[in-house]
This record gives sequence, structure tokens and C-alpha cells, in this order.
Amino acid sequence: MPLRNDFDQLVDVKGGFISREIFVDADIYRQELDKVFTRAWLLVGHESLVPNPGDFYTSRMGEESVILCRDKKGEIHVFLNSCRHRGMKVCRYEQGNTSLFTCPYHSWTYTTDGKLQGVPLHRTLYDGVLDREANSLVSVAKLCNYKGSIWATWDKDAPDFLTYLGDAKIHLDQALDCRDGREGGSEVIGVHKWVFPANWKFAAENFLGDTYHNPSHRSVDLIGIGPSAAAGKKGRRDDELEKAEHVWISFPAGHGVHSAIQPEANEYTESFLDNPILEKYFRHCFEERKRRLGEGARLLPFVGTIFPNTSYHGRQPRGLCAWHPHSPTSTEGWRFFLVDKDAPKEAKEYLRRYYMRYSGPAGMTEQDDMENWLYATAASTGTVARRYPFNYQQSMGAYVTDHPLGGDVSKQVTEQIARGFYRRWTTYMQGGDWHELLGSPAGNRQAAE
Amino acid sequence: MTTTVGDQDRQSATNAAIERSAAYYRLKADVEDFYYHEADLLDDRRFRDWLELLTEDVSYFMPIRRNVKFGQQVARENTKRGEGISWFDEDKWTLTKRVEQILTGVHYAEEPLSRITHMVSNVQIKEARPDIGTARELDVTSRFLVYQNRVEYETYIFVGRRNDTLRLTDTGWKIARREILLEQNILLAKNLTTFF
Ligand code: FES
Ligand SMILES: [Fe+2]
Repeated sequence: MPLRNDFDQLVDVKGGFISREIFVDADIYRQELDKVFTRAWLLVGHESLVPNPGDFYTSRMGEESVILCRDKKGEIHVFLNSCRHRGMKVCRYEQGNTSLFTCPYHSWTYTTDGKLQGVPLHRTLYDGVLDREANSLVSVAKLCNYKGSIWATWDKDAPDFLTYLGDAKIHLDQALDCRDGREGGSEVIGVHKWVFPANWKFAAENFLGDTYHNPSHRSVDLIGIGPSAAAGKKGRRDDELEKAEHVWISFPAGHGVHSAIQPEANEYTESFLDNPILEKYFRHCFEERKRRLGEGARLLPFVGTIFPNTSYHGRQPRGLCAWHPHSPTSTEGWRFFLVDKDAPKEAKEYLRRYYMRYSGPAGMTEQDDMENWLYATAASTGTVARRYPFNYQQSMGAYVTDHPLGGDVSKQVTEQIARGFYRRWTTYMQGGDWHELLGSPAGNRQAAE
Repeated sequence: MTTTVGDQDRQSATNAAIERSAAYYRLKADVEDFYYHEADLLDDRRFRDWLELLTEDVSYFMPIRRNVKFGQQVARENTKRGEGISWFDEDKWTLTKRVEQILTGVHYAEEPLSRITHMVSNVQIKEARPDIGTARELDVTSRFLVYQNRVEYETYIFVGRRNDTLRLTDTGWKIARREILLEQNILLAKNLTTFF
């Protein structure tokens, strides 16, 4: 097992080198599950997956199965999906509605708020011994419904979710808020789940703002699959950010985003050239958002990762991803596709088709990501390969720390975000306290420079 | 197209047998031959030629299969064509884009090209319109086994069923509608770069 100090050597953010061991080593992986995934806030799902009392949706936190459930009173819970008696998975359905979870093994039953209710032959076998209350389903320590997205942590000492998000909040907001600027209001229209043979951090890092990997998407950029592709436009999305100033931001808690700031004369960029209904709708959303948010409307999200394993795509396409670790070299990807709940039918229809051709294992864009993550992982497992760290020296020092958006803000493509992510990962692996995990700005800067 | 039957109706119709006449077997042999030809085109990487086997209004659909409680299979096991998110819910334009992408030579998930074999079996004609002797449109069910080997060690086996509607045109049978039921819940593959 690597020692506390070893992590400082494995992750050399100052020099810009990170050991391949942290992407392939089994011991480090076990420690990650313990030290990162039982403490950090993790994305579990979305309230639209459990709209009614008794609704449940089975999800994951790290390697473990959990049940997202709305109890009879309408309150949302997240439980470990494992019976307190002998560990049987109490729920093996993906989604549904129930008043009780009945364990298939010996038939203990749990209510939708997690309480142990039925124990067969209780009086004969357990009377006076079994404390029902103490044998409830294991609940997460903290849970947050943030604009419909459900997050949880196993650490009772974790700060509340908004503190955890810090200045990354307004970027994540862009993925969760309505296209016309109203707060929240999204719904999940479907979920992709698939397993790919790569370390989970490749996916997390990809969405942190690794804009540098753009060339790997050359095939979709050549053929055109974006909103206006049927009208002859090239590219994998319509470039509404063509005139924008791009920013890459590393936040002290380890999050990272790539967003864009539209010029002062913030005008709608024509899109959906072959569909006047959509063109009208999205133009309306744009104008309405500008009216509501004023100057704030100039900020548009691209992608981001909320430490450690939740990523978002803010606009084209739009969704939340959880990169669940499976093994050092295997990851289960989940993608929740989002639309505005009250968007017109035509818009939803259009968007779902665009999402499917862009995203996930059947998506023309992301297939190429997966190819890269797989072979980067595979080619890093060798004894010799492990001796040579990955290079993270891109745009060293090229950022400012006094930008109104907060964090380390770079105006050029940068690995500062990745350096910030792994710096924070190191703090978790060293068992840092929450003050350190959130990163005091001064301390960060010293470490990164 | 003339058919209005939904995917679910189609599935429940799979046990209603057409009479096994000589005309049925002649037509079935035709259809099998068509599928073997289709498999050849795909496995020989003649993707543009494969597109020719699809009608202009083709609907190509692969639902996501879900774990549901007994009794809810028909209503909830599969995601639905025309709503929400599936693995594929595509028209000819999108399928053409997929072919164009492979042909760029820089679609790294298929560059170098995978080695793929399509096996088709259990072919049954479920319905012939207007009738078996003069059929212009057929509902056909079959099973597939698709083997993919990629680069060196990557290997995937996709097994499932297909529910097709075939239409007779001047140039022979074409696929007007395809439903692909892959027998997996969480996709046990990093990508779906092949056609089914
Ligand atoms: S394991 Fe659940 S009742 Fe025994
Ligand atoms: Fe990418």
C-alpha cells in the first residue's frame, strides 16, 4: 500500500507529472473507493426518476448499488441496496413503485423510508434481541436535491452540497436550469448505462475541460452531426460559442469546467437551420434568458466535472454523467439525458435524437472518446510503462486568480484543471480534513505553482 | 409505409403462425438469402451498399432493456420507439452519417476496422401483405449473433432478436423497419459501432 508521502510523489503537480500507477494500480484503486468515494458528494440521480410516493430507482455510488427512493410522505432517500441480514440485494429492479422492499433471501421487508418492518418468525426467533430501528437499510449520511439532481455522501462530516460545489455552482446551474433562464425545471428522458475498460479518471478528466482532445473528434466534425447538420452544416454541434471568450477554470475543491463568455453584444446564433419551429423556440429561450439573467446570460457552459466522478454537458448535448468505478481498469458509465420538462414536444423530439447520435456507446462523438480511454489505460499497465509518468505540463502558470468567476481561470486550453483535480485527489488519498478537501485558496496556489 | 402495428403488438404476434405452404417456404428462402446478402455486405465493409438495402423511410431501433417486475415486461421492459432514449432510434439520414463517419478513416473507434461476423438464424415470416403468394410487405423475426474483434484483444459478442418489416421494391426486398432486441441490460461493450 502506498504511504501518505508516496502520493505527493505520484502526483507532482508542480513539475506537471502524474504517475500512471494511480490509473492502473489495484491497491490505489481500493484506497480510492475508501478515501474518495465514501467521502465526496456523488451524483445519484434525478427527482424526475422518482416523481411519486413509493417510486424507486436503483443507482450506484462508487462500486456499490444504492436505492433512490421517495417514501410514502414524499421524502427522498438513498439507501445501500443490501439487506442487513445477509446482504442480499433487496431491489434488483431498475425502477418502479412499491410500498415495501422484500428481500428475496429470507423475506425481511423494509419500508420506503428504509425501516425494517417484517421479520419472518420474529417472535419465536428474535424476540427481545433484534432491534428493528438499528437494522434499517443503511442510509447515506447526507443527501441533497439540487435543482432536481440528487446527490449524496457517506460522510456525516461533509460540508453541505452548495459549500462543496463552491464557485462551480453557476456552471453546473447552466446544465440544470431551463433554457430560458428559469431555475431548475429539468427532467431525465432516459439513461445510458454501459461498461468500458478504462480507469474512471480518464472519463472524469475528459470532461474537466480537456478541450485539447478535440482532434480525436475529427470524423464527426468532418461529416457534421450537429443541430443544423441536415441543412448542410459541418461540425458536431452548431457553434453558438463562436464569438465567445472561452474560460477553463480549476476550482479549489477539485472541480473543473470549460465555459464560455459571450461578447457584450450577446446575440442569438442561428441554429436548427432546417427546422423553423425549433429555431423559433430556441431563439425565444435565448432572448428570455437574456432578459432574466442580464449580464449573467453571457456565461454559457460547455462541460465540467464535479469532483470526483460527475460530469455534465451543458448545452449540446445536455446531460449529467456518473463515472462509476468498476475496477482499476474498468468503469461503468451512466448518462442521464436532460431536457426542460415543459419544452415543446418538437424540441424534446429533436433533442433526444441529437443526444443519441452524439453521446454514449452508440454516439458518433463519444465512441472515439471511449477508444482513447481504453487504449490509454491498456498501454499504461505494463511494468515499464508505469515507470514513466503522464505529462501534465500544458499551460503551466497560464491562469489568473483574481477573475470574478473565482478559481484559477485560464483563457487558453490548459491542464491546470487536471492538475487541480489530482492535487485534490491527493488530499483525499492522504485522508485530509474537510477544510483541506475544500482547498483554502492560498494553500492551493502555493501547491500548484 | 402501410403498417401501423407497434413494436409491442408485433412481439405478441410472434406466435400467430402463417400456414406453412410451399409459397411460405419459397418466400422464407428468399428472405434468408436476403439476410445472408445483408450480412455479407456488412462483414465485407460494403457499408454504402448496405444503406441501399434500407428504404428511404426506414426506422432502425434498438431499445434499452430494463429489469422490471414480473408482469411488467410487455409494458416496461424495453424503451420505446419514438420516445426518450434508446441505443438507436434512427432514420436513414443518421445511419448514412454513421457510414460516412466510418469512411472518413479517422473514426478511431472503427479505425482500424473491427473484424465482424453477422450470423442470422431462426428466420420466420410472421405476416405477409397482402398475402403469401403476392407479398409486397413482410413482417419477419430472426435471431442474430454478431461477433466483433477489434485491434488485438477486444472481443464482443452481441446476441439478440430482430423484428423486421421488409418491403418489396423494383430492386428487391428492402428493410423498412427494424427492431433490434439485444439481450443485455447494462451494455457490456464500450461501443456499438457495428450495424445489426
Ligand atoms: S439476506 Fe435479506 S432476509 Fe436474509
Ligand atoms: Fe470527447
